[in-house]
Amino acid sequence: MRPFSTATCDIENQQSAKSINLYSAINQALHIALETDPRTFVFGEDVSFGGVFRCTTGLADRFGKSRVFNTPLCEQGIVGFGIGLAAMGNRAIAEIQFADYIFPAFDQIVNEAAKFRYRSGNQFNCGGLTIRAPYGAVGHGGHYHSQSPEAFFCHVPGIKVVIPRSPQQAKGLLLSCIRDPNPVVFFEPKWLYRLAVEEVPEHDYMLPLSKAEVIREGSDITLVGWGAQLSIMEQACIDAEKDGISCELIDLKTLIPWDKETVEASVRKTGRLLVSHEAPVTGGFGAEISASIVERCFLRVSNFIYFVLLIEYYREPIQFFFIESQAFHCTNNLILAPIILNILASTLKTQKEENEKNKKVQTMLTCLCGDKRMHAAEWN
Amino acid sequence: MALSHLATSSSRSAALLRPLSSSIYLRRPISTDTTPITVETSVPFTSHQCEAPSRSVETNPKELLTFFRDMALMRRMEIAADSLYKAKLIRGFCHLYDGQEAVAVGMEAAITKKDCIITAYRDHCTFVGRGGTLLEVFSELMGRQAGCSRGKGGSMHFYKKDSNFYGGHGIVGAQVPLGCGLAFAQKYSKDENVTFALYGDGAANQGQLFEALNISALWDLPAILVCENNHYGMGTAEWRAAKSPAYYKRGDYVPGLKVDGMDALAVKQACKFAKEHALKNGPIILEMDTYRYHGHSMSDPGSTYRTRDEISGVRQERDPIERIRKLVLSHDLATEKELKDIEKEVRKEVDDAIAQAKESPMPEPSELFTNVFVKGLGVESFGADRKEVRATLP
Ligand SMILES: Cc1ncc(C[n+]2csc(CCOP(=O)(O)OP(=O)(O)O)c2C)c(N)n1
Ligand SMILES: [Mg+2]
Repeated sequence: MRPFSTATCDIENQQSAKSINLYSAINQALHIALETDPRTFVFGEDVSFGGVFRCTTGLADRFGKSRVFNTPLCEQGIVGFGIGLAAMGNRAIAEIQFADYIFPAFDQIVNEAAKFRYRSGNQFNCGGLTIRAPYGAVGHGGHYHSQSPEAFFCHVPGIKVVIPRSPQQAKGLLLSCIRDPNPVVFFEPKWLYRLAVEEVPEHDYMLPLSKAEVIREGSDITLVGWGAQLSIMEQACIDAEKDGISCELIDLKTLIPWDKETVEASVRKTGRLLVSHEAPVTGGFGAEISASIVERCFLRVSNFIYFVLLIEYYREPIQFFFIESQAFHCTNNLILAPIILNILASTLKTQKEENEKNKKVQTMLTCLCGDKRMHAAEWN
Repeated sequence: MALSHLATSSSRSAALLRPLSSSIYLRRPISTDTTPITVETSVPFTSHQCEAPSRSVETNPKELLTFFRDMALMRRMEIAADSLYKAKLIRGFCHLYDGQEAVAVGMEAAITKKDCIITAYRDHCTFVGRGGTLLEVFSELMGRQAGCSRGKGGSMHFYKKDSNFYGGHGIVGAQVPLGCGLAFAQKYSKDENVTFALYGDGAANQGQLFEALNISALWDLPAILVCENNHYGMGTAEWRAAKSPAYYKRGDYVPGLKVDGMDALAVKQACKFAKEHALKNGPIILEMDTYRYHGHSMSDPGSTYRTRDEISGVRQERDPIERIRKLVLSHDLATEKELKDIEKEVRKEVDDAIAQAKESPMPEPSELFTNVFVKGLGVESFGADRKEVRATLP
């Protein structure tokens, strides 16, 4: 087994940095990946022309069409092919044009990629496989161009799921994913491809996986999100601050395996948690976070955990509602920030009642399962 | 093109008189003359595992003028959709069909509305072929209540249940196995109808296509797999994506026919042949050699992966509307002016439909929560924060 380098975070000692958008940052990462390892391949629908979002621009010219190539329109084949390529010790970077089109490849990801190592008793694996796919809302195209399918993949042991929030993050995280010894699904927030612009170091750097980041410190409530939601939540934090609410904001970055410790430590401090994602509430990854956190620090959570997110079922005409009333535009912070604020305010207002309620629940829980309570109490 | 000339000089002088009276009518009625005319297809059919039908197609003045009008209407409709998109009145994804009109009209001329059609997202004209109205088209495109899917589907999701149009599907290739299911149900009920499952040259490379081929052949289903080969799947030319771009041969044990998809009469002949074949022997592939003038979708100018010469060459030599125009003129079935008038008429029809569609209201916000599950489930659905937007499913 060829060793894969481990992630390092040397973003600090940057030599030179340029202001670029998210798709250019992805493009830079792919350039570096191809440059630094001759056994790296990039493939997918229309990637040798640059791909629909321009992320692979110039790669085929620079590295040749046997390392950067178009595939036919066949997602299941693309991922299966990538697993085989990676199993031979290569870094296979597959692009699925939209996260919405990853489902024909679902079986390959869940049954072939994720279980390869385990079921072969560690003889084989496809650790060099990275599947990139643009995900999330852009304000139109609800049925097949705006879904956030991350939770489906978080249910599968054996793969990692990573989502960056900005250009700088995207470059460092993508390089880590490509060099990680496990298969990774990397979802890129397409809303930010052009919109998010940031100073990105030009050199080769990696950001650690499974490490959440506190991007804003606060004491009243913990906000957890990933990808495009972060900028919206950040706006909500700024607005909340004007109302005297101090928010701590965490970017989870890696959804599985996720950094429970960072979130837990923050919730222990604030006692409140709000998770926000674009995907439907039911069965969403927010539910997993809230369940884990409740389990870990029940007595410290003085308030309910809320999710703020896109409506449960959204579809094409939503685009028109955006224009007409903007009522449901999940990516519009003018709308979402006040909603978050609203929740924050009501959380604080009802704090007293909630505390009462919590006490009652705690008593109930003690009766039901004394041990568990003890366990929870230890955490306190 | 070999044409059987039936027209006489006297019909020419009669035609010259027509414009006088035509100005009286708001809409000149399309000829009701059904005297048979025999026309040869542009090129012979190429067949695989079957004997190709004859090149001689029977038609009549009424049919030719209907083809002309219907295709002119479709063309105008797609061009108008392009402008509406640019004016931001249509949002989301929008794929136009201009160039490929002959497939939609030729197919309809050979089958009945009891036969099923299912297609991908490039579905506007297929819908109109099934009898869908312009008002439904433009309303759906602009997300209005009067749309064929009540404003919930948009460009990619047109449906028409009463004429068995099982609609537009967004996932490339996914509609084809569905078509097999439709065909099985038809066969089971012994109603002598067939299903036309349409897909593109790009879609032909999806695994689902081969699964559909096998099950339809295994169970002798009355399924006709129609590959609308417009030679590109987004920016990828067919030869870049397919080892064998002879899609009509892709079924191996399933017979196939390659058809000039720019010739409505050839399409009609092929579809008639295919329907008879499918009812007797099971599935068949029809590869329609066609071309899309517009880019893949509205974000594709359509000129980076193919030359302008290629596009203008097809327009000049193979345009489906021009082919019919020539036939009509050479058979003296109408004058050039009359054909121009038809084009003016359809233009007005399109403009009127757009104006009317703009009057149609947007769907109620509560519509976001309907049709997710069957009525009467009583489930509560909710929005952004479980408080602000909340609705009980009807
Ligand atoms: C499973 C899946 N993958 C990718 C796409 C994106 N996509 C939409 S249309 C298209 C090209 C399809 O080409 P073709 O089948 O030839 O049909 P055409 O657009 O030419 O009518 C692609 C790649 C999709 N809709 N579904
Ligand atoms: Mg095509």
